Amino acid sequence: MTTATGRHIPDRLTSPASRALKSWEALLLIVAIAIFIVNSMASPYFLDPWNLSDASFNFTEKAMIAFAMAMLVISGEIDLSVGSIMALTSTVMGAAMTAGAGTPTLVALGLGTGLLCGAFNGLLVARFGLPSIVVTIGTMSLFRGISYIVLGDGAYTGYPAGFAWFGQGYVWWVITVELVIFALAALAFGILLHRTNFGRMVYAIGNNATAARFSGIRVDRIRFILFLLTGLMSGIAAICLTSRLGSTRPSIASGFELEVVTIVVLGGVSILGGSGSIIGVVLAALVMGLVTFGLGLLNVPGIVMSIIVGALLIAVIALPRLWSMLSRK
Amino acid sequence: MHSRPRAADGMVAPVLSLRGIVKTFPGVRALAGVQLDLFPGQVTALIGENGAGKSTIVKVLTGIYQPDEGHILVDGAQTHFPTAQAAGQAGVTAIHQETVLFDEMSVAENIFIGHAPRNRFGLIDRKAMQDRAASILHSIGADLNPAVKLRDLSIASRHLVAIARALSIDARVVIMDEPTAALSHKEIGELYELVEKLKAQGKAILFISHKFDEIFRIADRWTVFRDGQFVGEGLMTEVTEADLVRLMVGRSVDQIYPKRPAQIGQPALTVAGYCHPTEFEDINFTLHAGEILGFYGLIGAGRSEVMQSLFGITKPSRGACRIGDDVRVIRSTAQAVEAGIVYVPEDRGRQGAVKGLPIYQNVTLPSLARTSRAGFLRLAEEFSLAREYTQRLDLRAASLDQDVALLSGGNQQKVVIAKWLATKPRVIILDEPTKGIDIGSKAAVHDFMSELAAQGLAVIMVSSEIPEVVGMSDRVIVMREGRIVAEYQGDEMTPENLVRAAVGINGAAT
Amino acid sequence: MSILKSREAILALAILALLAVIASRFPAFVSPANLARVLTDTSPLILLALGQMAVILTKCIDLSVAANLALCGMIAALMNGAGVPLPMILLAVVLLGAMLGAVNGLLVWKLGIPSIVVTLGTMTIYRGTIFLLTNGAWINAHQMSAGFKDFPRTVIAGLPVMTWIALAIIGLVAILMGRTPLGRAFYAVGGNAHAAVYTGISVGRTQFAAFVLAGALAGLTGYLWVARYAVAYVDIAGGFELDVVAACVIGGIAIAGGSGSVAGCVMGALFLGIIKNALPVVGISPFWQMAISGAAILIAIAFNATSQRAPGRIILKQAEHRT
Repeated sequence: MTTATGRHIPDRLTSPASRALKSWEALLLIVAIAIFIVNSMASPYFLDPWNLSDASFNFTEKAMIAFAMAMLVISGEIDLSVGSIMALTSTVMGAAMTAGAGTPTLVALGLGTGLLCGAFNGLLVARFGLPSIVVTIGTMSLFRGISYIVLGDGAYTGYPAGFAWFGQGYVWWVITVELVIFALAALAFGILLHRTNFGRMVYAIGNNATAARFSGIRVDRIRFILFLLTGLMSGIAAICLTSRLGSTRPSIASGFELEVVTIVVLGGVSILGGSGSIIGVVLAALVMGLVTFGLGLLNVPGIVMSIIVGALLIAVIALPRLWSMLSRK
Repeated sequence: MHSRPRAADGMVAPVLSLRGIVKTFPGVRALAGVQLDLFPGQVTALIGENGAGKSTIVKVLTGIYQPDEGHILVDGAQTHFPTAQAAGQAGVTAIHQETVLFDEMSVAENIFIGHAPRNRFGLIDRKAMQDRAASILHSIGADLNPAVKLRDLSIASRHLVAIARALSIDARVVIMDEPTAALSHKEIGELYELVEKLKAQGKAILFISHKFDEIFRIADRWTVFRDGQFVGEGLMTEVTEADLVRLMVGRSVDQIYPKRPAQIGQPALTVAGYCHPTEFEDINFTLHAGEILGFYGLIGAGRSEVMQSLFGITKPSRGACRIGDDVRVIRSTAQAVEAGIVYVPEDRGRQGAVKGLPIYQNVTLPSLARTSRAGFLRLAEEFSLAREYTQRLDLRAASLDQDVALLSGGNQQKVVIAKWLATKPRVIILDEPTKGIDIGSKAAVHDFMSELAAQGLAVIMVSSEIPEVVGMSDRVIVMREGRIVAEYQGDEMTPENLVRAAVGINGAAT
Repeated sequence: MSILKSREAILALAILALLAVIASRFPAFVSPANLARVLTDTSPLILLALGQMAVILTKCIDLSVAANLALCGMIAALMNGAGVPLPMILLAVVLLGAMLGAVNGLLVWKLGIPSIVVTLGTMTIYRGTIFLLTNGAWINAHQMSAGFKDFPRTVIAGLPVMTWIALAIIGLVAILMGRTPLGRAFYAVGGNAHAAVYTGISVGRTQFAAFVLAGALAGLTGYLWVARYAVAYVDIAGGFELDVVAACVIGGIAIAGGSGSVAGCVMGALFLGIIKNALPVVGISPFWQMAISGAAILIAIAFNATSQRAPGRIILKQAEHRT
């Protein structure tokens, strides 16, 4: 070693593999497998491929949004309006369907509405610097409110036969269209977050937005794009859900925001921003789906599941903190 | 620690004394065994350069920091200030440099929060509170309505509220940290009268200031700190300005600075008429390739603000800059980096390193466009870029995958510098590059700065450390109150000249 | 210009303008009797908004208030069914509400979990608990005693008891906010947490107190709501938390904490209450209400943000005198 150059620093001390073994994601995987085993022992109907395929609807739509939401939360923001974006998107598609639009037009409108809603949130947060929690509480009322204005206590029904493919179709055997969209979205967001410059900048912003800006990153532009992506995924989820239900009511997808945020947090994404992974979100979605399905098999009503979801949300954040508090003493 | 011989002419005993106070932070010895005596009815001026340890001593006195070693004596009895309240109960109160008060509350509430007068139902007695606030404000000659909200007041008036708050607690020791920094000429006059009143009431006053005219006008005694050390104390009547300046800056620049002679080349950056509504005005200078241009001034002189607007953090209201052959106004940090201007900020924790990300990701953050292909990360390229630049800076770390938050301040600074050098900039601005970092890292940063200039990079170094400015710069610009007030090079670049220009002695500025 | 600087004044003008527009076509709407009816109808919103105000002042948010209201309301109805006397019921719902608020507050204070996550979770837990208690059954008017139902509706000096309770609570909260160290601590913690610590105020403990207050008010409102509408079931006041936040935001309670007044908060609630009551009168579907409150939230935060932009550092001498 010469004096002119510094000493050698190894790239890594721990291999990515050994790190992965000790991660939150590994724990989630174990939990998922455990629930899977318990479920299959608890109910003879669990292991039926068709039942499992049906059960996947429990999480596919929410998980699609959760991928985008995970990136948003990693960047230090949040979007509570996703359920309302879905309602508005579904309403726009319903109105277009009533006016005689075909499936391609409906899909285009669905994607467009989602993007527009995301752009609206993004503009208010990134361009005008308003706090995302309140902005999206506001748009949560506004977007769904528009659906209520349009629909009142009515509903749109009678979607064209081709439209049913998204929420009710199968690609192959028990593999649903939604599962394929879910898998593709997981792959796309996994690559975007973990393998691109964009994803790296999202982590940088979430860890320290000021330092990121002082590093020449266009922080506001990235925040805007993240809201846009969340809107887009909400639009896709709305297409799937509307297609699956075959109808649109203004109350559609209500409470989705809570479940999406819960999946994200359960997946190990720090609610304060800066860390998390897409694989964690995928596993969290599976865990949530399995729990819901298992409880459904035991005839536990939906609202009790929502208690469990709420408790999970708090416990996942509280337990590690409680643990470190107690172990410090 | 030797004790100062006490005059036998019946001189009063100090109300508060510090002896052998040591306070160490990771990598820095902020106070290395200092002493201080405050006497009733007297004003003691505490003088020292930025970084001499004045703010730290104020925090020790007000119970915010606990000293590692040494004693606090009140009326000769040893005591501790474990909390801010404990210091308050002992009668020590401070008027802080940055007034930390509540914008949405009224003047009276700001003065009395925490000890508001109550009526017989236990409720806050607003009438009594307003009356008492009014009388305190009146006693300091502040013509403020106690009912207005703080947010509607000017900076100067807020300062008066902070003083009134300090007085609302029955204080024996009043610490005034740069009390006139934000005041107008008339208000300063009123403050002097206030200080006289406090003296008459027998309060001991610690007066921290850079301004020699006011020190000589109102102080009775002086104490000088340098680099966390006590260098001397005495009576104002027995000292001259020149003596104090010499004590402040030390006898000579004793550290060896590795400044190599460099070839000064073409203008790299020309700033013309940069103005900002509140922060700076009429900034003009030219920086050449191969040059290290020092910016000296007191804290709050507007140096960092100018640099941040050059880097696209804030937008100037007027003016433009020429970078190489392009004339432009930088509107965002991304544009600055594209234009080849990079900035190593003073506030490393908040603006410098992205804690939570590993070293290599910090280094490549602004260079991702080069290390990636079609927007996709290439980790091998990142590691090799990070390795190249961190080795050039002699970074000490366990691995490049280590979280920067785990590095020492000096090594974090090296990561930030490495991050910018990896972008191959034309102009690098270093804002207090060695503040709060250990001696070893300091030398590495200085050495490297010199090497960069020798390679033809244009360097701006904002620094409040005189030896560093004198030792490293080819030329020095001095700022005061948002304006450039002097420029020195060669033999004129002496510590005395810089301090005089920065504090405004000899009519260097109004 | 100075009057326009006051958010309360602008809001008052907006309310008057709103009333004037409605009155120009439907004069009956502004008759004292009808305005009193609007006030009564808005009382639950006012009560919850006052509690939410304390929480928002400390830089937190409580999304669980409506679920808290529903749970306490159901408990009140169940206690009534079990023959518990009304004063005991009132005491019980206030205590229970405060306890539910304390759960939120403890999680925020002791574990440092962001309030939005805590209350998003407790929101579903509290509402789910109603289902666990009742198996989804409704408690209808005929299952409630007359005394239980009539108390909020009893007219004293021209106004129902419920309105008097709201007015009394407005007065008490105004005293709490303005005249007690705790009230001032709410402002201090949200306005400048750093400085609050130096003045001896505990940030976490103050936030905890705010959640308890919000919970207690939600509990009380739970009884009033169930008694007035004479029905209790899982979904009562569903989504009402958004109206509550909307009332605060419209009332100028800064979501960044530390700023806002009781008067603004009450007017924010009244603004929404007037719109809600006026929609059927002017012949607009009540389904417009949700979108209107959403739009009002957005307008209000945008407005607050522009009026509260922090000034930069002032270094230049003459700049100081210019401002």
